[in-house]
Amino acid sequence: MSGKKFISGDEAFAQGVRLAKAQVISAYPITPQTIVVERLSEMVEEGELDSKFLHVESEHSALMAAMGAAATGARTFTATSSQGLLYMAECLTYVAGGRFPIVMMNANRATALPWSIYGDHRDSLSLLDHGWIQIYTENAQESLDMAIQAYAIAEQEEIRLPVMVNLDGFVLTHTYEAVDIPTQEQADAFLKPRETWDKLDFDKPVSMAYTVGPDLNEEYNLLHHKALLNVAKHIENIDVSFEKIFGRKYGGLINGYRTEDADLILITLGSISGLVRDVVDELREEGVKAGMIRIRFMRPFPAEELIRETAHASAVGVLEKDISFGFEGTVYSNVNSALSKSAHKISTYDFIGGIGGKNISKEDVRSCFAAMQKKESEEVRFIGLEVEDDI
Amino acid sequence: MTSESTERINAENITEDEFFFGHKACAGCGGSLAVRIALKVLGERTLLVEPAGCMSAVSFNYPQMSFSNNAIISAFAGTGAVLSGLKAGAEVMGWKDYHVLGIAGDGGTADIGLQALSGLIDRNDDVIYLCYDNEAYMNTGIQKSGLTPFGTSTTTTPAGKKGKGNLKHKKNLFEIVAAHDIPYAATASIGYIEDFANKIKRASEVRGTSFIHVLAPCPTGWGIDTSETVEVAREVVDNGLWYLAEYYDGEYHINRKPKEFKDIHSYIKRQGRFKHLDEEDIKEIIAQRDKTWKRLQQYSVGQ
Repeated sequence: MSGKKFISGDEAFAQGVRLAKAQVISAYPITPQTIVVERLSEMVEEGELDSKFLHVESEHSALMAAMGAAATGARTFTATSSQGLLYMAECLTYVAGGRFPIVMMNANRATALPWSIYGDHRDSLSLLDHGWIQIYTENAQESLDMAIQAYAIAEQEEIRLPVMVNLDGFVLTHTYEAVDIPTQEQADAFLKPRETWDKLDFDKPVSMAYTVGPDLNEEYNLLHHKALLNVAKHIENIDVSFEKIFGRKYGGLINGYRTEDADLILITLGSISGLVRDVVDELREEGVKAGMIRIRFMRPFPAEELIRETAHASAVGVLEKDISFGFEGTVYSNVNSALSKSAHKISTYDFIGGIGGKNISKEDVRSCFAAMQKKESEEVRFIGLEVEDDI
Repeated sequence: MTSESTERINAENITEDEFFFGHKACAGCGGSLAVRIALKVLGERTLLVEPAGCMSAVSFNYPQMSFSNNAIISAFAGTGAVLSGLKAGAEVMGWKDYHVLGIAGDGGTADIGLQALSGLIDRNDDVIYLCYDNEAYMNTGIQKSGLTPFGTSTTTTPAGKKGKGNLKHKKNLFEIVAAHDIPYAATASIGYIEDFANKIKRASEVRGTSFIHVLAPCPTGWGIDTSETVEVAREVVDNGLWYLAEYYDGEYHINRKPKEFKDIHSYIKRQGRFKHLDEEDIKEIIAQRDKTWKRLQQYSVGQ
C-alpha cells in the first residue's frame, strides 16, 4: 500500500508503524486510539507486517510488555489515550529511565472527571515530567511521517529514549485526509533495523533496569536529562534526511508562521494550528502584524527557538487545551519560563480553550489576538465559555 | 502432558554452577534459596524478570549485580507482562535454546501482580512464573498480603488486645491459577527441595505458561531462627498447612499425601508471628486445613 489514500489520523499512524517495521506491538483498546491497533492487528494478520502482536489486559501491561520486548533489542510500539495513559503512568518512568526507545501514539483525550471521550491535552501534558520525548502533530500526514521519524529519534545512540507522539482525539484521529503513503523502499532507506548494545545478551549477560543509590542516582537523572536535550541537536539532521527521501520537511522543535516581523504571536499545539494560521492571514490583511508558532515538541522544550522566533513580538499568547488547576496552563508555564530569558520584555497571555472537546471557533482565535492587541490584563482566561465566568 | 522426559534432578546431579550470588538477602532467606535452585535447574540462558520485592531489592544494586544470567526489573504489577514482552522479543530476534522466567513474591503475585499474571496465562506465552511465598510483604517490613495465613501478626495486622493478627485465610492462588486451565501449575516448598527442582524442570519442558508457587519461609518475618528455614518449610507440608500438588491436562494431582498430619502445635508455637494464638485459633487453623484438603482430594485424580 503506497501512494495517496484517503485515511484517518489513526490509520495514517498505523501505516507509519508498519513502514517502520515495529517488531513487537502490545496494546489495549481505548477510544479514540482503538483504530490504530485494529489496523495493526489486520496488517499482522494479513501478513503485511511481520510483527508479534500481544493482547494485553491493561495499559500498564501494554507498556511493561513493550519494555520487556525492547530489552531484547526489538523495535516496539504501543498506543493509548487519556485514562489509559494515566493508568500506565508509573511504567512511563521505568521505560524512560531505563532508556528503552519505545514509540507510543497517544490519542489526546480529556481526563475524567467529568467523564469525556473528546479531545484535550490534559492527559499527556500532565506527564511531561516522566522523561519521554513528546511530539504533537497537526495533521494525518505529519502523524504518519512522525511515526517513522519517531523511531529514528528514539533509537539515536545519543538519545535512546521513548517517544510519545500525540494526536488530537477525534479531530485528528478520526477525520479523513488525503495522505501520501510512502513505499517500503523509502522507509527502509530512511530507517535501518534497530541496532543496539543496550540489551539482554547471552554472550554478555547483563542486569537491566536496576537500582541506583543516593551516591549516583542524581547522575543517572542528569544523563537522562542530557539525552533528552540531545534531541534538539539531532532533529534537524533527521528532518533533512527525511526530506531527501520523502520530499516533506517539518523543521525542528517548533514551526513558525509569519513570525519574522510579528508583533502579536499566538502559540499552539496540534490540530488547532491550521485555524490559527487562517486567522493570522486575515489579520495580516487587516494590517495587524500577527504570527503563529506551533510547538511540535513539548519535550525537549524549544526554549531557545521560542526566544528567537519572538524577537520582534510585544505580546505572545498561548492557546492551549489544558489547565493545571490552581495555577495556569502548562504550556503557558513552559513558554513563560522560556521567554523570561528573552532580551526584551514581552507581555504574555494564557488562553484556555478546547477543554473536553469544546470547539474553538475562528472568533475565539480572533478574541485571543484582540486581547493581546488591546493589552488587556494578563490573567489566565477560559475562552468560548457557554456560561458567564462570574462565579 | 507426558511423563518427565529425562532423569530427575537430585543432590548428586544438580549443577555446581551458581547464577545468583553476592546478594544482600538476610541470613536464612528461603526466597533466595528458591531463586538459586530455580536458576541451577534452568541455567545461564535464562531471561529473568523480577518486580519490586525482596529478591530484586537484594540483587540489582548498581554496581553490584547478583545474577550471572540476563535479568531485568519490572514495575511491581508488571511481571506477567514483561515475561510476555521478553518472550515476544526473543522470538522476533530469533533466539534459540533459552528459558524465560519471572520470579515474584506473594504480594507481587497474588495482590498487585494478579491481573498481569492472569493476562499472561490467558495469552499462554511459553514462560515460567515462579511465586516465592514468604506470606507477607517482607521487603517493606512485614505487612499483610493476600497470602498471609490466618492468625499471623504482621505490622499491618498486629496482634493486640482485640486482634488475633490477620483474620483472613490465605488466598487460594494455586486454584485461581489452575482455573485459567494453565498447561502446568504446581505448589512446592523449599523444605522439599528436590520436588521443587523437578517441578521447575517440568515447567521448563511444558509448552505454554507454567506456574510454580513455592513456600519460602522468612526468618525475619516469621520469627524463627535463621537455621530453621528448611525445617519449618518441611514441617508445614508434613502438618498439612501447605501441600505439594500439580495441575496439568486439566486435572489436579496431589504429590504428597501424609497418612497422618503432623500435629500443628509445634509449627505454630515455634514462630514469633503466631505466638499470640490460643487453642481456639489453632482449632480454626485446623478446620481450614481440613476443608482445603477435602476440596483438593475431591478435585484430584488418583485418590
